[in-house]
Amino acid sequence: MTTIDNRGDVNPVPLPGPTTGEPTTTGVPVMTQRADRRRKPSAPQEDRGALSSADWRRPSVKYTWTTLHVVMAVILVLWGLGPIVLLAKFAITPTMDINADPLGWFPNGVAWSNVTAAWNDIQISKYFWNTVVVAAGSWLTQMVVATTGGYVLSVLRPRWAKIINGAVLATLFVPAVVLLVPLYLVILHPPIIGHSMINTYWAVWLPAGASAFNVVLVARFFDSLPREVFEAARVDGAGPFRLFWSIVLPMSKPILGVVSVFAVIASWKDFLWPLLVLRDPDKQPLSVRLPTLAASTDTGVLMAALAISTLIPIAMFLIFQRMFLRGAGLGGAVKG
Amino acid sequence: MTTDDVVLTKAPRPGGFRVHQRHRTRNPLTWVRGGGLSSLVFALPLLITFAVFSWGPIVRAVVMSFQKTNLIVSEWVGWDNFQLVFSDPDLPVAIRNTIYFALLALVFGYPVPLVAAVLMSELRRGKGVFSALAYLPVVVPPVVAVLLWKFFYDPTESGVFNTILGWVGLGPYDWLNSSTMAMPSLVLEATWAAAGGTVIIYLAALTSVPPELYDAAEVDGASVWRKVWHVTMPQLRGILLITLILQIIGTAQVFLEPYLFTGGGPEKSTLTVLLLIYQYAFANSLGGNYGMATALSLLLAVFLAVMSLVYFRLTRSWSTS
Repeated sequence: MTTIDNRGDVNPVPLPGPTTGEPTTTGVPVMTQRADRRRKPSAPQEDRGALSSADWRRPSVKYTWTTLHVVMAVILVLWGLGPIVLLAKFAITPTMDINADPLGWFPNGVAWSNVTAAWNDIQISKYFWNTVVVAAGSWLTQMVVATTGGYVLSVLRPRWAKIINGAVLATLFVPAVVLLVPLYLVILHPPIIGHSMINTYWAVWLPAGASAFNVVLVARFFDSLPREVFEAARVDGAGPFRLFWSIVLPMSKPILGVVSVFAVIASWKDFLWPLLVLRDPDKQPLSVRLPTLAASTDTGVLMAALAISTLIPIAMFLIFQRMFLRGAGLGGAVKG
Repeated sequence: MTTDDVVLTKAPRPGGFRVHQRHRTRNPLTWVRGGGLSSLVFALPLLITFAVFSWGPIVRAVVMSFQKTNLIVSEWVGWDNFQLVFSDPDLPVAIRNTIYFALLALVFGYPVPLVAAVLMSELRRGKGVFSALAYLPVVVPPVVAVLLWKFFYDPTESGVFNTILGWVGLGPYDWLNSSTMAMPSLVLEATWAAAGGTVIIYLAALTSVPPELYDAAEVDGASVWRKVWHVTMPQLRGILLITLILQIIGTAQVFLEPYLFTGGGPEKSTLTVLLLIYQYAFANSLGGNYGMATALSLLLAVFLAVMSLVYFRLTRSWSTS
């Protein structure tokens, strides 16, 4: 059997960090690679930018750049935190005050009632759990498809893997717009099952699995795992299922973490697709329900609802900050 | 142990189970024993989801754009759908608005992250805090961001932005209610929501500028600004092009902002191509014109596919150079 690729004789590289496993297809990994290349030889050196330490000692440079940095800091705080802090403030401000004096400092006290009203009266609790259900299911299908698919394409590699690989890669070039209408019709009249999947969560969960981006990401990571370990496991009598479950998956925690976080965040943000297929308000996630509620809800309560909807993504960001900031480009990179 | 065995175990193996397939005899039993069946089992989730939800619909999109369908019967209509799309007076409006959106997004969103990233990369400490601050808006769910900004854009005197501008004696402005200000308002929010991602990309690119280049420039007596202009900028050229293409791909598909902020109004001033596709297919309660919708989305897709091909070519060449 001839293989054109040279993956077999690649030395076992030390496991790359969370997002460096996929060398060629997206913009960001390219840069992480370069960063690594640079950092290795010059590790003991100072991590310098355009300004050298000598520059910093010159008063004129020091004052200009310090001023620039202070100005930037102020703008960044206003830009990044401003709207979010305002949202948090509105969430606990009486509606009258929000409308009359949006920037005042609680002229008539704090209204925690907004939050309870949002959670109970307009049933944000229900939509919140709907969102969790949508996200959890989408996460599961994405994980199953990406790991098993990546395993076939990267580790098992049967004869036909190249064709599948090409067909998966090709979908990266097809923007989501094209899929909108035909995918909707698939959900309306799915093959084999026969009855419509509209208003069932399957309509959101299953299409989420067909993400070429995840498959490529995971397959590239599997490529970087040392082949010797697979070989040893095989010699010890591990079959393909055992190899997958006990060797490959445990070794791939970093990339599975990245895919998971992006899967949950993406499904939390998704709007148009759930809007089309989840017409029943009782089934809708927050992102779909909020615009409808906005029209009929008291401003203070709406702001509390918006704040509640933002909590999970922001909490995830704060917990997995490094992952986000290192892989920021990944999510957007293949959206088109 | 024979020498053959040694060679077999030491030889670099391209794939874990590939070896078995050396037996060229083709019968079902050797296929199963050689791992063919388990490969197929592992490939099933991918094959099924992609066939039903990706490859199938892509093919169907092409077919449907040449058909007229009411979901029960479909008939071939040739290029009719495309002709209908091109004769729609809303199409030029939508294209013009989308280009306008893209241009404004470039003006607002292109230089700002670059300047921010260059400044941030010179920070000696706190880089992490600042990049987190810049990225924070990106994690806010887009629907929340739009609804929040819609409130900020309240056209009365006590609207948030009108209050702030009132402090310096400006306004009150109509924001989303004015057909000239609506689009810039949309772009401002979209920029707020997206700029953080670009900043992070630039920051990563900036760490890859080899420090030797700065050292060399210093030996030649280059000032700080000359270093930024003649060393940093040229090193970022590739990534600047990539973010430009990513931004074009993203803005060509803008939907959420016009849909939720203005619904395309006032006077169609924020009607974009994707919103038009949505209207063809889903806005009509009597059943959508799926043929026209797929025809237009196919046209948009061809444009975007060309863009992403360019993008892939660029990222490929930058990663190999």
